[in-house]
Amino acid sequence: MAEVIPTKEMPPGLQVENVDDRIMTLNVGPQHPGSGHMRIIVKIDGDYIVDADPDPGYVHRGEEKMAESRNYITNIPHLERPVIHDSCNILYPYVLGVEDLVGIEVPERAKYVRVIAAELNRCIYIQYWLAIYGIFLGHSTMFMWPAGDRELFIDLMEKISGARVTHAYFVPGGVRNDVPANFEDVCLRQVNYFEKRIKEYGDIFYDNPILKARTEDTGVLSREDAIRLGTTGSVLRASGVDYDVRVKEPYDVYDELDVHTNVLKAGDSYARSKVPWLDMLESCNIIRQALEKMPKSGSIRTKLKPNPKGGLDEVYRRVESGRGAAGCYIVSKEKPEPYRLKLSVGSFRNLIALPYLLKGEKLGNMPAVYWSLNYWPVEADR
Amino acid sequence: MSTTETKSPPKDPKKETTPEKVEDTAPAFEKSYVDQIANQFSDDVEVEYIKENRTRLNVKKEKIIDVAKFIKDNTPFDHAESVSGVDFPDEKEIGVTYHLGSYTDPAYSKQVLALATRAPREETPNPGNDSTKLPSLRDMFYSVEFHEREVFEMLGVYFEGHPDNRRLLLPEDWADLPPLRKDFKNKGR
Repeated sequence: MAEVIPTKEMPPGLQVENVDDRIMTLNVGPQHPGSGHMRIIVKIDGDYIVDADPDPGYVHRGEEKMAESRNYITNIPHLERPVIHDSCNILYPYVLGVEDLVGIEVPERAKYVRVIAAELNRCIYIQYWLAIYGIFLGHSTMFMWPAGDRELFIDLMEKISGARVTHAYFVPGGVRNDVPANFEDVCLRQVNYFEKRIKEYGDIFYDNPILKARTEDTGVLSREDAIRLGTTGSVLRASGVDYDVRVKEPYDVYDELDVHTNVLKAGDSYARSKVPWLDMLESCNIIRQALEKMPKSGSIRTKLKPNPKGGLDEVYRRVESGRGAAGCYIVSKEKPEPYRLKLSVGSFRNLIALPYLLKGEKLGNMPAVYWSLNYWPVEADR
Repeated sequence: MSTTETKSPPKDPKKETTPEKVEDTAPAFEKSYVDQIANQFSDDVEVEYIKENRTRLNVKKEKIIDVAKFIKDNTPFDHAESVSGVDFPDEKEIGVTYHLGSYTDPAYSKQVLALATRAPREETPNPGNDSTKLPSLRDMFYSVEFHEREVFEMLGVYFEGHPDNRRLLLPEDWADLPPLRKDFKNKGR
């Protein structure tokens, strides 16, 4: 086929390509319920995917640009918008970074409250992700159960922060307000019930032969590729790499808690879908330990000065969010607002693996592979 | 503006003070691998120990490929966590910072090495066709592929040697300034 020669000056970004009669190009998304707010341009030969090109950006909101014109406190609510279900964890690196910049100490009780809130949020996020994974694979029970069970922790977070999602609960220097009275008892009761409940997911979902047949040996990511592509979170740990920021570079009080890293070796979609579930069980352990060790009273917030100015020139902090390491790079120029703020998030880092995993797969396996990447389109776009 | 000028990479005065400063503040572990790099590229690499586990190497753009290759071959850093572009209009430069991490060596799992370089900046950018260019590190660190695409569209830094310098997040018909440059203003702000 003849080369396409653009006749006049092309608008920026316009792409022209030759077409092949045998290869069909298929746009999955951005409105497809199976893709989230993103598009995957798949090229198929019969039933097999020969090329896949992720095209994110449909929910790009310019969080990084917005952060440059707001001060360190007013940045809090909008920076958690990329993942409203996991709003504590996405805000965590920013809050830690600002504390490093201006050099303030966080009260001990606030550190424990933050760890508990972060783990509750991790469970809320993973439940939502798991519900969608269930419905992707046509397992509607797995959609109903997590969607219902996550209400437990959403109610708990509502009691703490006043909002069901988008809590804006973490602030540099601690947390916005103290937990309500008898929080420890309510939380412990709910966590115990939640743990019992999610163990049942194993019977209905993870040991289900149909699910195993659909996800095992599909989209295999080897250990070497997982490292080379710089993947993170559950994708990395499902490929046999023992790396969890909570263990490797503990922040707040994670070094005083016993955190187990869940590592599976297979690297296929099944392993990638199982690691988050194991993470939820681990979160229950962490919350129980934190409730036990938390000081029963004390300050929960060190006040920031109004219009705080950064002391250090730059800071890079990272935490383990529900989707892997979330990093925040802040460049400060002695002004009340950040000079540059960069969010490096798990979804964006894992996206690079998608073309590798999809090539050679059957089109029918695409949802199983795609959603197993623990990908959140809004977070990747920021 | 006076504050920004003091922060610009000072050439001569700082070079005299760095040796003592390094011995005072440099943590032992970071020093062990940074010295390896600094010895190899003595004049081209400027080391900053920002805080514990965080080290920054300022490298000239002509040497960035060599330094990255050396890091890849001789230290356990194996992936890039983040690539951030920072616009410095006063200095007529755009900085690009690669944050490198290591999965393979548990001793290095806390370390983040920031590899920073700067590209010239033009007043009226023409992304891809002006002097704002840097060599791509994709051959050394495969994980920078999407990050570099993002820096290209957001700041107009073209990465030479990158196989796929297309738009990633911005709309295809975006014809305005690269949005993360400082002269692109938010409406109403």
